[in-house]
Amino acid sequence: MRELRCPNCGQRGIEEYRYGEIPRVPDEIRDPDARDVDMAWMRNNPEGETTERWYHEGGCRRWMTLTRDTRD
Amino acid sequence: MNEFIEAKVALSWRDQKPSYDVIIIGGGGHGLATAYYLATRHGITNVCVIERGYIGSGNSGRNTTVIRANYGIPASVRFYQHSLDLYEVLEQETDRWIMHSQKGLLWMYHTEMGGRTERARAEVNTACGAETVMVGPEEIKKICPQIDLGGGGRYPVLGASYHPHGATARHDRVVWAYAEGAMRAGVTVLQRTAVDRIAVANDRVVGVETSHGRISAPIVMSAVGGQVTSLCATAGVRLPIRSHPLQAFVTNHYEGKFPGIVASTELAFYISQTPRGEMLMGAEIDRAPSYSSRSTYEFVQACSAKALSLLPFMRDLRILRQWAGVCDMSPDSSPVMGPTGVDGLYVSTGWGTWGFKAIPAGGEQMAQLIATGATPPLIAPFSLDRFKNDRILADAGSSGTQR
Repeated sequence: MRELRCPNCGQRGIEEYRYGEIPRVPDEIRDPDARDVDMAWMRNNPEGETTERWYHEGGCRRWMTLTRDTRD
Repeated sequence: MNEFIEAKVALSWRDQKPSYDVIIIGGGGHGLATAYYLATRHGITNVCVIERGYIGSGNSGRNTTVIRANYGIPASVRFYQHSLDLYEVLEQETDRWIMHSQKGLLWMYHTEMGGRTERARAEVNTACGAETVMVGPEEIKKICPQIDLGGGGRYPVLGASYHPHGATARHDRVVWAYAEGAMRAGVTVLQRTAVDRIAVANDRVVGVETSHGRISAPIVMSAVGGQVTSLCATAGVRLPIRSHPLQAFVTNHYEGKFPGIVASTELAFYISQTPRGEMLMGAEIDRAPSYSSRSTYEFVQACSAKALSLLPFMRDLRILRQWAGVCDMSPDSSPVMGPTGVDGLYVSTGWGTWGFKAIPAGGEQMAQLIATGATPPLIAPFSLDRFKNDRILADAGSSGTQR
């Protein structure tokens, strides 16, 4: 079972949460239009430790910033 | 790949050379099919396919082997119908038995809303050359007597769209058929070789850095599943991909004959019987993005509940094996095929939950793109710059998964 640690509710199954990415547009993209396109569509899709926003839909119904490993 | 299979499949392994005309990263269905069509259709045989594990060890070996063309938008229906047609002649063409079996696909709905979705699907399919008809409960019962039309009291079957050309094939055999054909024509396949970086000089691709040294080529195609985002980032290419696991399982042998493939709009699952008699089931992707191919108990529980409400006979079966694949989901649930903005670098990605059925057409069209340098009309809508140009191919309703 995959779990996430909610600061309010404790360790809970991941299916209780809703995912929210933090978009990070690379600094190399300078053109403002290109940055908008990247922000809207492109994904970092990191493999390993990553910090994301999560909404604890099936619990305290609050947004939180959590760090997890996507290889797990 | 074990010795038994090596003896059965005539694969000719070649040594690594310092340079090739074309490098294909990823020795799964799409990579090998592209190499096969490059060699057989376009006479380009100085090709190297680089695979990190063994061929077919990625998502080509982790899918639910359904072949169908009943998609929801014209560009997709035409593309998948072409793929379905190529699958039907693949055994003849490669002279290899891929266990292709046309069995028909029932896509059921349980609400009026679901019925409208299926009606729209049937109309688009008919208009674009795929055969899909609407059927009522009596016909459903005739096609698949095992279905409980009451849906366990909770999901009453109101009707279905029926796609008679729906089929399944053995995933490994598809990979081997393409590998064998490509290798016979002279293509090099390197196993246990990881590509660390795509080498780019002056906005032109020049080769790849692998765990076994540098290999150069003026054309590189990525047919990678899973780690495609980080690989393309080494060439400065950004992709709209997020990787989610998709789980599936098979049960033990069901002694009856289960006709066809059964899917459900509202329940988001699909089921078919393998040639060994096992019931093979898959459902929607895990909502949390991850690269893990770990299976979970929650999935088995949720998926079994869905299956039992429509197919009560399955309560006597036991789950035998469970696995997960990593699906590269694009934001619009359509694949991404074509040039990347870096000269000579092509991608075939975003194969989410629809990659296996697309292997022949994806390979054939990418081979044509590589050989001619011009994007074939069939895959032109699926280019990477559709996101920049506001030409999104939203087709989430056809992918058999929710987002």
